Amino acid sequence: MKRHLISAADLTRDDALLVLDTAEEMARVADRPIKKLPTLRGRTVVNLFFEDSTRTRISFEAAAKRLSADVINFSAKGSSVSKGESLKDTALTLEAMGADAVVIRHHASGAPHRLATSGWIGGSVVNAGDGTHEHPTQALLDAFTMRRHLAGAPDGGPTFHRGPGDGTGRDLEGRRITIVGDVLHSRVARSNVALLGTLGAHVTLVAPPTLLPIGVESWPCEVSYDLDAVLAKSDAVMMLRVQSERMNAAFFPTEREYARRYGLDGARMAALPEHAIVMHPGPMNRGMEITAEVADSGRCTVVEQVANGVSVRMAVLYLLLGGNEPAVATATPRTEETKQA
Amino acid sequence: MSTTLIRGAKLLGGEPTDVLIDGETVAAVGAGLTAPEGSTVVEAEGLVALPGLVDLHTHLREPGREDSETVLTGTRAAAVGGYTAVHAMANTFPVADTAGVVEQVWRLGRESGYCDVQPVGAVTVGLEGNKLAELGAMAESAAAVRVFSDDGKCVDDAVIMRRALEYVKAFDGVVAQHAQEPRLTEGAQMNEGAVSGELGLRGWPAVAEESIIARDVLLAAHVGSRVHICHLSTAGSVEIVRWAKSKGWNVTAEVTPHHLLLTDELVRTYNPVYKVNPPLRTEADVMALREALADGTIDCVATDHAPHPHEDKDCEWGAAAMGMVGLETALAVVQHTMVDTGLLDWAGVADRMSLRPAAIGRLAGHGRPVAAGEPANLTLVDPAYRGVVNPAGFASRSRNTPYEGLELPGRVTATFLRGKATVMDGKLT
Ligand SMILES: [Zn+2]
Repeated sequence: MKRHLISAADLTRDDALLVLDTAEEMARVADRPIKKLPTLRGRTVVNLFFEDSTRTRISFEAAAKRLSADVINFSAKGSSVSKGESLKDTALTLEAMGADAVVIRHHASGAPHRLATSGWIGGSVVNAGDGTHEHPTQALLDAFTMRRHLAGAPDGGPTFHRGPGDGTGRDLEGRRITIVGDVLHSRVARSNVALLGTLGAHVTLVAPPTLLPIGVESWPCEVSYDLDAVLAKSDAVMMLRVQSERMNAAFFPTEREYARRYGLDGARMAALPEHAIVMHPGPMNRGMEITAEVADSGRCTVVEQVANGVSVRMAVLYLLLGGNEPAVATATPRTEETKQA
Repeated sequence: MSTTLIRGAKLLGGEPTDVLIDGETVAAVGAGLTAPEGSTVVEAEGLVALPGLVDLHTHLREPGREDSETVLTGTRAAAVGGYTAVHAMANTFPVADTAGVVEQVWRLGRESGYCDVQPVGAVTVGLEGNKLAELGAMAESAAAVRVFSDDGKCVDDAVIMRRALEYVKAFDGVVAQHAQEPRLTEGAQMNEGAVSGELGLRGWPAVAEESIIARDVLLAAHVGSRVHICHLSTAGSVEIVRWAKSKGWNVTAEVTPHHLLLTDELVRTYNPVYKVNPPLRTEADVMALREALADGTIDCVATDHAPHPHEDKDCEWGAAAMGMVGLETALAVVQHTMVDTGLLDWAGVADRMSLRPAAIGRLAGHGRPVAAGEPANLTLVDPAYRGVVNPAGFASRSRNTPYEGLELPGRVTATFLRGKATVMDGKLT
C-alpha cells in the first residue's frame, strides 16, 4: 500500500485484496462483545470535513475508535464561493496537532491529492470523497459487500453465496456490475469503475446521455442508455443518488420521467437474476432512483453496506498507519475504559 | 546622442551583419560598419537580431492588483522577454473603460521606460457586457486606444458584439474577443474531455470557444469590420479562422505560448499552476495550433501574461485563480515549439511576435523591419543557450509559471527600446 489513499485507481489487485481481507478480519471483531482493538493507540486520526456528510464522518470515526485511535473531528465547512480558512492553513494546523492520518472530505475535486502532495502535512491522507472525483473507501466497501454475496464458492466454482459470507482471498472475476444514475457527478461511480475493473468485474454504466461524462467511452467499462436491456445480465445493480438540483440544469425533463426510465422498481427487480443484489451508497431518494419496495426488499444491501463501511475503513486506517503489526491475530481486545471520548 | 554598434548579429537568423543605432533610430545595417567614436559596441556573434517583440495580450494588473504586478514590474518582465511594446488588458480595478483609466496606464508605461504600454480599452462598461464603454473617447485619448476587449469575459451578447464591431470602424479599431460561451462554461475548471471525465473536474468544452468564434467572424463579415480572436486554443477554432480568412474576411487570431506546448494531461497533478483560461487542451489541439501559427492562419503569439499572487495558486484546484505568467518565457517556448521543430524560421518568429501583432494593434513605431531610418526597437536572442526555468529570478512580481524546472532553449541577451538598452547581457539595465 502507498502512504495515502487518494484514488481507487492507485490500488493494485493485491492492495485491494489486502484491504478487503483485512476488512474481513475487522468484521469479525465487530461480532465480538468488545469491539475494540488497541492497534492504533496513541495515533491521531483527523476527520477533516469541508462538506457535510454525517454518514461518512461517523463511519470513519467509528473505524478509528475501534482501533483505539484518538479522533479529532474538524468541520471546516465552506463553499467554493465563500471559502473560509484555506486548505493550506487548515492542513498546517492539523500538522501542528500531530495528525497521523487526515481523512478529508472536500467539495473540490483533487483537494485530497493536493493535501497529500503539497508538503503541507506529513501524515497519511485518506480521501473520503472529493468533489465529483473519487470516493475510494466507498468503492472498497461496495466491493467488500459484492464479494461477500457474489464471489465464487471456496473451491473456485461458479456458484454464488446465498447470503453474506466470507469472501477472503477472492476477487470479483467475471461478475457483472451495473451502476445506474448520475455518473457525471458521481465520485462513487468513478471509484467503483476503477476498483471493480482491478478486481476483474465487468462494469456497465447506465444513465441518460446527459449524465455521462464526455470521454466515458474510454473508461474500462460498458455504457448503456437502456436499463431494461442490462438487468438480466447483472449480478449486482448499484443505484446512484440523483441530486434534485440536477433537475434545474436540464439534465432530464422531470423527476417522474427519470424514475420511469432509470429508477429501480419491483418489476425491474424481478428481471434481475435470482442471486443478484441491489446496492445504494445512500442516502436513498425513495421514489426517485429506487422505490420503497426495492429499498426494503431482502435483496437490497444498503444497511449491510453501512456496517461493511466501518470494517473497510478500519482496514484502510490500519494498513496506512499500523502497517506491519498484525491487526487482529495477536491483538488483545481492550477493555472499555480505554475508549476515547 | 549616443550610438551603439551591434556587431555580427544574424538579422532574422540570416547572415551576420552589423546594426548601427544612432539615438532612437537605426542608422545603418550592413556588414563591416565602423563604430563612430564613443559608440557602445555589442558583440553579437551567434545572436539573432529581431525587431522588438510586441505582445497583444498582457495583464499588467495596475491599477488595482499591484500585489500581483505593476506596470513597472510587468514592463521589466516584458523587457527581459525581449518585448518593446505590450498591450495592457482592460480588466483592472477600476476597469479600463474610460479615457481617464487608459491614460493613467499609458502614462505609467511611459514613466517605466522599459517597454511601451499600449492600453486596451474595455468594450463594455465594467466588462459587464451590457452597455458600450466610451470607445471613441478612449480612441481619442492620449493613449490612442485601437484594441478593445472585455478579456477575461466574453462579449457574449450578439447585439452588443455587433454594435462594437460596427462602432470601432470609425477609428480603425479592432475588437479582441475572449471567446467563451458563458452558459457552456459555468463553473468550468479544465478542458472537457477524457481527462476532465476521469478527474471529476467540470469541463470547458471546445465548442464554447468555437461557437463564439463562428458567430463573431460572421458578424465581422456582415458589418465589414475586423475582429481579433484572443488566445485561440482548439483545433476546431483553427478551422473556423482558416475558413473565415479564405473568405477574405478581416479576422486575426493569436495563440499563447502555453497552448503551443502544454496539454490537459498536466491537470492530473491537480497543481493549479496549470489552471488557465482558456484551459490547456489536448495534444491534437497543440499540434493544430502549431501548424496554424506556421501557415499564418494564426497571426501571432500573445502571452496572456496573467500574474497571480502565490496564495491564489497555493490551494486546491477549484479555489485557484486562472492564469500563467508568460512574458519572460514566451520566446523560449516559441523557439522550442516552432523554431527547433522546423515549423518557423526566425523571420517567421519576427513576423508572428512583432510585425503582425503591431499591425493588428495599429501600433506605430513597433513591428518595423530592422532597416536604416526605422525606430531602434530590437531584440537580440542567443538561440544556442539552454537553461532551466527558475521563477525565483523573474522580473515579474508573480511566479505562477507552468515551466518551473523545465529546460528551454534560447535567451534574450539584449533589448533596445528606441535605441536605449533595457536589457543587456541578459539583465535589466
Ligand atoms: Zn482571455
